Amino acid sequence: MDFRFTEEQEMLRSAFADFAKEEIAPYAAKWDQEDHVPMDIVPKLGEMGIMGIFVPEEYGGAGLGHIERCMALEEIARYSAGLAMMVFTHHLGVAAIVDYGSEEQRQKWLPGMCDGSCVCGLAVTEPGGGSDVAGLKTEAVLDGDTWTINGRKCFITNSHCAGVTVITCKSGEDEKGRAIMSTIAIEKGTEGFEPGREENKLGLKGSFTGELIMKDVKVPVSNTVGEVGKGMPITMKELGEVGRASMSAIELGILRGCLEDAVKFSKERILYGKPISKLQAIQFKIADIRCDYEAARLMTYNAAAMKDAGKVGAEFSMAKYFISEAAVRAAKNLTEIMGGYGVVNEYDAGRYLRDAIACIPSCGTSEIQKMIIAGETLKKF
Amino acid sequence: MDILVFVKPVPDPDKYNEIRIDEKTKRLIRKDVDTIIDPMAKNALEEALRLREEKGGTITAISMAPPEAADKLRECLAMGADRAVLISDPAFAGADTYATSYVLAKAVEYITDEAGAKGFDLILVGNESADGATSHVPVQVAEWLGIPHAAGVSSIEMPGKTEITVSRRTSAGVLQLQGNTPALISVVRDINKPRHISAMGIVKARKKPLTLLTNEDLKLDTSLTGETGSPTKAGELSMLDMRREAAPLTGEDATAEDAAKAILSIIRKAGITE
Repeated sequence: MDFRFTEEQEMLRSAFADFAKEEIAPYAAKWDQEDHVPMDIVPKLGEMGIMGIFVPEEYGGAGLGHIERCMALEEIARYSAGLAMMVFTHHLGVAAIVDYGSEEQRQKWLPGMCDGSCVCGLAVTEPGGGSDVAGLKTEAVLDGDTWTINGRKCFITNSHCAGVTVITCKSGEDEKGRAIMSTIAIEKGTEGFEPGREENKLGLKGSFTGELIMKDVKVPVSNTVGEVGKGMPITMKELGEVGRASMSAIELGILRGCLEDAVKFSKERILYGKPISKLQAIQFKIADIRCDYEAARLMTYNAAAMKDAGKVGAEFSMAKYFISEAAVRAAKNLTEIMGGYGVVNEYDAGRYLRDAIACIPSCGTSEIQKMIIAGETLKKF
Repeated sequence: MDILVFVKPVPDPDKYNEIRIDEKTKRLIRKDVDTIIDPMAKNALEEALRLREEKGGTITAISMAPPEAADKLRECLAMGADRAVLISDPAFAGADTYATSYVLAKAVEYITDEAGAKGFDLILVGNESADGATSHVPVQVAEWLGIPHAAGVSSIEMPGKTEITVSRRTSAGVLQLQGNTPALISVVRDINKPRHISAMGIVKARKKPLTLLTNEDLKLDTSLTGETGSPTKAGELSMLDMRREAAPLTGEDATAEDAAKAILSIIRKAGITE
């Protein structure tokens, strides 16, 4: 068992880290304060190969895997978890097209999604809930070769910037009255398809989160991603695997921010004539953050490696659950280490805490993750 | 147009506090010190990429360094170089700038003879490395090769096939030099902003050649290489004492003018001004 990254992966991480330090770090606090979505950075993310990192080369991607994808998300989220949310949700929609899209869809949409000219989205959650996929109300009715879609999605990342959004819709019922779902791609500008309210979030600013409203939206049946009526497993697979591994990587980035800032601050802050890093009470908090970070790192890349190997399991949920909680814990520890400075917006500690809390619901709250973990555990042991 | 770019791995400036020097040999203890591509060498590579985009041709990245520097050359391939050559042999270790430039020049002859006599148009180099910062090597290589050279260059223009115009900023203004290829040009940081290495670049680099050249290939007289071939030796080395010391100025009735005089006297005492 070897936990080291390959030389090529280390080179990638270093390239992503340089990019993040130069193009993201200087502006991240401003994006947060102004709730600004930095759309001008998207083509640069395309040039870096991040937008299409796991897309096969023939469609304009880098042809790498989910480990490399998570590295990119960690490096982005180290400075801006909000921007990382935009990238992750883009990946979520792209993954559905790579894994289940038709050849025509791949050729039409993937090159633009890789070069950053088209942001992608995936919309599941509705006002009635997100994790209860079978209870979704957005309805798609197939008449000949055309879908007519009506409904409303909410808390959708990239709601106001996506060029293509993959929407999970109820497209019928089986003989027992259970919902049959289909995933359908809708392009921006399609008549009747509009973004609605944009949310003012606690954290993860720098990414759009809002409503998508569909009123008699007509799209061809060729826009169906995967087979008609097979939307449920597609949604669950992408959210469960790509989604949870991604959220773990984003929260890992926040954790690293907490770790690095805790070390820097405690070495520089002098109290009682010496740096506070010499105080045992501070050292205990730093040790806690470090352990959380190292465990989170192993869990994130284990989940990503499982995705690359085509394995399924509750490890995705374990990573999401543990790291969601660990990131909040680490941000709180950092705030406490920094004392008064920790609550001043001039420093990043408060932003880390808000971002960490705002990450919790994405791809399922901690309680949803625990239900999945317990479900698998009770079967397995 | 075929361009050679010299690349030097240097200690990561973010890790300077981890650098240790061997007291006996006066050499850097490289073990466990992370290295990066010398920042100015990156500017040289970026300029080569720009010229190749304009005029076509090939770029070869060359480094004389220990074997573990191969990863830095792979970075050059990922950034866009077409091939890379690592010159590495225990017989080349411990070289000063003179012995380094000799090996580099001979390696250039070896590489380009292999592809046909004088098979290069330009050699681009960083003006000075972030660690040694002597600026000797580029000029010395050009002298060994008998080709024109220009140092401290902040812009390169090639209007035709062989004509070359370079600019160098001086305290009096901008100096323009004109010449013809083949030539060696050493560039400074403000010539360009090096591009980021992309994921696609890293994937493409997998298929690009990275060749190792040892003295078995070059067959150089080892009395002219490495420490033996180095006419200069490091003298004494001492670490700079960077500790800060507070100097309290007291005097309850002191005026601002008195305080300024006291500060000026401390500055003068430190030899900063007369």
